[in-house]
Amino acid sequence: MFDVRPQHNEYLRHRSAQFRQQVERRLNGSLTEAEFKPLRLMNGVYLQLHAYMLRVAIPYGTISPDQMRVLALLAQKWDKGYGHWTTRQNIQFNWPKLVDIPDMLDALADVGMHAIQTSGNTIRNVTTDAYAGAAADEVADPRPYAELLRQWSTDHAEFQFLPRKFKIAISGAEKDRAVISAHDIGLRLLRNAQGELGFQVWIGGGLGRTPLIGQVVRDFLPEADLLPYVEAIIAAYNLAGRRDNKYKARIKITVAERGLDVMREEIEAEFVNRRAVFTGVDQELLAELRNLYAAPAFRNEEDGDYEAKRAANAAFRSFTDTNLSAHKAPGYVSVKVSFKAPGQTPGDASAEQMNLLADLAERFGHHDLRVSHDQNVVLPHIHKSDLFALYEELRAAGLATANAGLISDIVACPGMDYCALATARSIPIAEEIAAHFRARDLESDIGKIDIRISGCINACGHHHLGHIGILGLDRAGVENYQITLGGDGYDIPAVGQKPGAGFPAEEVVGAIDRIINAYLELREDEEERFIDAYRRLGMAPFKAALYPANA
Amino acid sequence: MSKPFTPTPARPAVITANDLRMGHCVWMRDGAWTADPREAEIFEDEAIADLAMLDALSQANLVVDPYLAEARRGEDGRPEPTHFREAFRRRGPSNYFHGKQAEFEASNV
Repeated sequence: MFDVRPQHNEYLRHRSAQFRQQVERRLNGSLTEAEFKPLRLMNGVYLQLHAYMLRVAIPYGTISPDQMRVLALLAQKWDKGYGHWTTRQNIQFNWPKLVDIPDMLDALADVGMHAIQTSGNTIRNVTTDAYAGAAADEVADPRPYAELLRQWSTDHAEFQFLPRKFKIAISGAEKDRAVISAHDIGLRLLRNAQGELGFQVWIGGGLGRTPLIGQVVRDFLPEADLLPYVEAIIAAYNLAGRRDNKYKARIKITVAERGLDVMREEIEAEFVNRRAVFTGVDQELLAELRNLYAAPAFRNEEDGDYEAKRAANAAFRSFTDTNLSAHKAPGYVSVKVSFKAPGQTPGDASAEQMNLLADLAERFGHHDLRVSHDQNVVLPHIHKSDLFALYEELRAAGLATANAGLISDIVACPGMDYCALATARSIPIAEEIAAHFRARDLESDIGKIDIRISGCINACGHHHLGHIGILGLDRAGVENYQITLGGDGYDIPAVGQKPGAGFPAEEVVGAIDRIINAYLELREDEEERFIDAYRRLGMAPFKAALYPANA
Repeated sequence: MSKPFTPTPARPAVITANDLRMGHCVWMRDGAWTADPREAEIFEDEAIADLAMLDALSQANLVVDPYLAEARRGEDGRPEPTHFREAFRRRGPSNYFHGKQAEFEASNV
């Protein structure tokens, strides 16, 4: 167990010192690469196409200004001046030298951050809604539970060598903003008929080469039973999960092959045993964590000149129309800071941008920042009277792109520009699509749409869940892109379906353009989003638009 | 990592890996390693390539995961990649001009 606060952490320093010795032993020949590889992966160190990559966890996306400044320091001092927000609320540094990584881990440990279990067949970073503790529709703040799960799962002796990696997501609201249906375990906070707080528990969701939407294994789990129940799920999976084939080793396959009812029986039986040995320490810790994540002292004051500024400044009005979310406190909003500016690699953040956001969170945002799984940053608590001043600061730094949820807000994995597993590039495709629709000046007309791109079947870009998904493949030595339609990770979870053959890189923009033109023609009105039109009309009209020669 | 490749005179190969300490791409020439892909030794004979691979694997204190990558002989006689993955490894990422290879190319064009 370790302290969650953003301060020097001796436990993490100890882990870093351990890794420093392991690096030294690798360099002096005492450890072979085969011996060293699992050790470096346990510390988030991958070897990618051009360099090592360090993946640092941003637990449930929550990060303090001081921690953000350390990420900026890592980017500046040991990398090439930037980092990359991932779809699982981590940050990846693309260019560290192996010999520098222990120093980077020391710097992280000094603000309570780490890269533990950001790789390997372990329980990974627990993710949640970037608007946790702020959203108007929230049942309860998911962060105390996410932190409880992190403390329990970090270095959990029983779960260091699972059949495969294991991902947990928690939604604090009925409206899922954490993609719980595509996780190994998904948890949705809710109240039962008696008004008691608990979780709806999903298992067996996942993307990759066999995309499956999870299933509800428990309709209502009392909140006090969270750890023993999650432990029972993972213990059952640890025994039943396949270890003979890594492509069939995730819990989604275990559930699909054995059936939900069999898994439920084993989980419930195991739960009885596990529940009996929990002494209540977890609930004491949970109570402390609730205090730690208590709401800040919100100001109770008028909106100032917010509406006047909106009326007078079209760009500000556009920003507030697209990038704000409803807040539970009167006078407050949550602000999405887009890292999808024109020409920008989706999710890449420079050290200067990170430092600025840290300053702005201190000046305007109750010292709170979130990294969202759509590769943007959220300032969760901004009073409307501060919004214009905040906007002006963001605008001056190129961070006021008014495109949250629009067609240029594309989710993309690093693809073959960085990743050793990739089969094609993602970044240039994302940039070209965004540039094309900006040039056509159609973004606001098209409205809300979710495009997601992965550079290989492992689906880090969550392409299966995109309203329009794009998967980059290697077809006989040429990059080729498979399009899927109708995916959704939020309202009505669904895996996108293939309309037909893929396209070479130079034809992808034209293909997306034809789909969008069809949508603009077919939609009932401007309120009907692309995904709504797709659900109403089905694949056929979009397929006909995509392959006109076959129509 | 690419699939194992067996070179022939018609389909030659180079040996490439990542530098252990720094992580950047390197290519083998005369049993040593260079960051310049154009300096890579071209293997056209399976037996010679196998011996060179044994040598490469024995240098685990310098490089990680060496492998044979298909190449062709360019007009200047130097090796060129046949697959886009190897082309990207030479050139660096396409979104920024700052990979080690890009720096190398910038100073040698």
